[in-house]
Amino acid sequence: MGEALRILLDPLQYAFMVRGLIAAVVTGGLCALVGTYVVLRGMAFFGDALAHSILPGLALGYLLGGGSRDALFGWGLGTAILAALGIGALSRGGRLKEDTAIGVLFAGAMALGVVLISTSRSYAVDLTHLLFGDVLGVGERDLIRLGIFAALIVILIVLFYKEFLVISFDPILAVTLRLPTRLFENLLLILIAVTVVVALQTVGVALMVAMLVTPAATAYLLTRRLPAMMALSVALAALSAVVGLYASYYAGVASGAAIVLTATVVFLTVRLLQIVWGSSRA
Amino acid sequence: MALVNLWRKVTLRERDRAHPSGEPIVEVSRVSMRYDRVVALEDVSFTVETGERIAIVGPNGAGKSTLLKIIAGVLTPTTGSVRIYGRGPGGHLCIAYIPQRNQVDWNFPLTVADVVMMGRIGKMGLLRHPGPRDWAIVRRALEQVGIADLADRPIRALSGGQQQRMFIARALAQEAELLLMDEPFTGLDRPAQEGILEILEHLRRQGVTILLATHDLEQAASHFDRVLLLNRRLIAFGPPDAVLTPGALRAAYGGHLRLIPVEGELVAVGDTCCEGG
Repeated sequence: MGEALRILLDPLQYAFMVRGLIAAVVTGGLCALVGTYVVLRGMAFFGDALAHSILPGLALGYLLGGGSRDALFGWGLGTAILAALGIGALSRGGRLKEDTAIGVLFAGAMALGVVLISTSRSYAVDLTHLLFGDVLGVGERDLIRLGIFAALIVILIVLFYKEFLVISFDPILAVTLRLPTRLFENLLLILIAVTVVVALQTVGVALMVAMLVTPAATAYLLTRRLPAMMALSVALAALSAVVGLYASYYAGVASGAAIVLTATVVFLTVRLLQIVWGSSRA
Repeated sequence: MALVNLWRKVTLRERDRAHPSGEPIVEVSRVSMRYDRVVALEDVSFTVETGERIAIVGPNGAGKSTLLKIIAGVLTPTTGSVRIYGRGPGGHLCIAYIPQRNQVDWNFPLTVADVVMMGRIGKMGLLRHPGPRDWAIVRRALEQVGIADLADRPIRALSGGQQQRMFIARALAQEAELLLMDEPFTGLDRPAQEGILEILEHLRRQGVTILLATHDLEQAASHFDRVLLLNRRLIAFGPPDAVLTPGALRAAYGGHLRLIPVEGELVAVGDTCCEGG
């Protein structure tokens, strides 16, 4: 008993671990909440592309802002919103299949980001942080910003719960109810974009899609109503964040990756148990 | 400014509930629809009076779904116009469109009551959550279509007939006056079809106007006031026995339909059926 308690409390004597833990739980929960829409609307690829296409913006913010976190965040946010609306517009028309068009753009953007960052001398370290996150480097200022944006996003999702639900389940009904469908669709894209930027420091660009999709997918397997799916998704994400971070502390492995891996293990376990017990979804 | 506009868009309803009497509920005039270079509808005109039940029949790809979506205001025709009670469909909340069943994601985590409640959203307005009155309306709608006991059932557990009933309940919750149904009978067995037809009969008594796309010529003839025979163009529109003539059917279906004389009547056999259209 005493031993278990020691294992739990030991990392908390370091302020960076406490901050990292808070950041991981909040970003995990936020991603999981927004992620329910990503899963239900089949937008996983969009989320992945979005996260990657922010890289050139981050690189510019990094180079121009001299390493300031605020600059990084501002550039990331601007790029993400532009990219989200751009990809959204791209998916509405045109001859190329949507995923082809997105694929072309997001690989190109990623390459541009890497090229830009490679002009910096501390290239390898910086790139690693952007790609995989740096949750243990989270400062107090970062936490405050994270809290503000997370609160804003949650408020919007609660306020427009029924509108987001209708445009996701039955867009034609949304039109016949004369809702401003396009506006809500763009708002949802922007919410996803902001979430991705806010969560960047925890898991980075490369693993972002897992934060959006994995806990929500696990919750999807286990619930039958959207509010329950959202709640369970958030809970699973928070749990994965805590377990992942402790694992990274004791095993000395990369924290963002450990969090994602934990969430993945949870998903696979649930799916496997369902197959074994022969039930599909509760 | 954007917010003010948004608010106005969502709260335009009072004006739209007052429907001028004397105007037909649906007036389609010279509607054509082209996608790229494919013609889906060409020069379609007709008028529907309040309380009528209209069956829209025609082969796959005849433009039945397109026509219904144009009337709902979901699609904008390339040329021509649609008037609902004398005004464009865009301002009306009284139109309910029931999609083909295969167009719906039945694995969405929703209960039957959740889906029916969606019909209330237009009347609730922004930033409001369902109140006791909304839930009462939802319950009554479910009772009217005979699935009150399924209110808390996840939608993926429904049979085909129950799925249709749920959507009709949603239209009732929406207080729809015009019901547009896209092939509701496809894939349903006979008893389920009869059940739906019975509900439609109740709706007629409440003055709900129904436009329904179907493949079943016999049902069109026996349960509807008028039949609209469509194959991109409007081939014929009128009472069933005036429309379902060998000449008109051949014009609509070409080689896909065989007409067999049985005991002095013509029986239509075939039509390739069923998806799309």
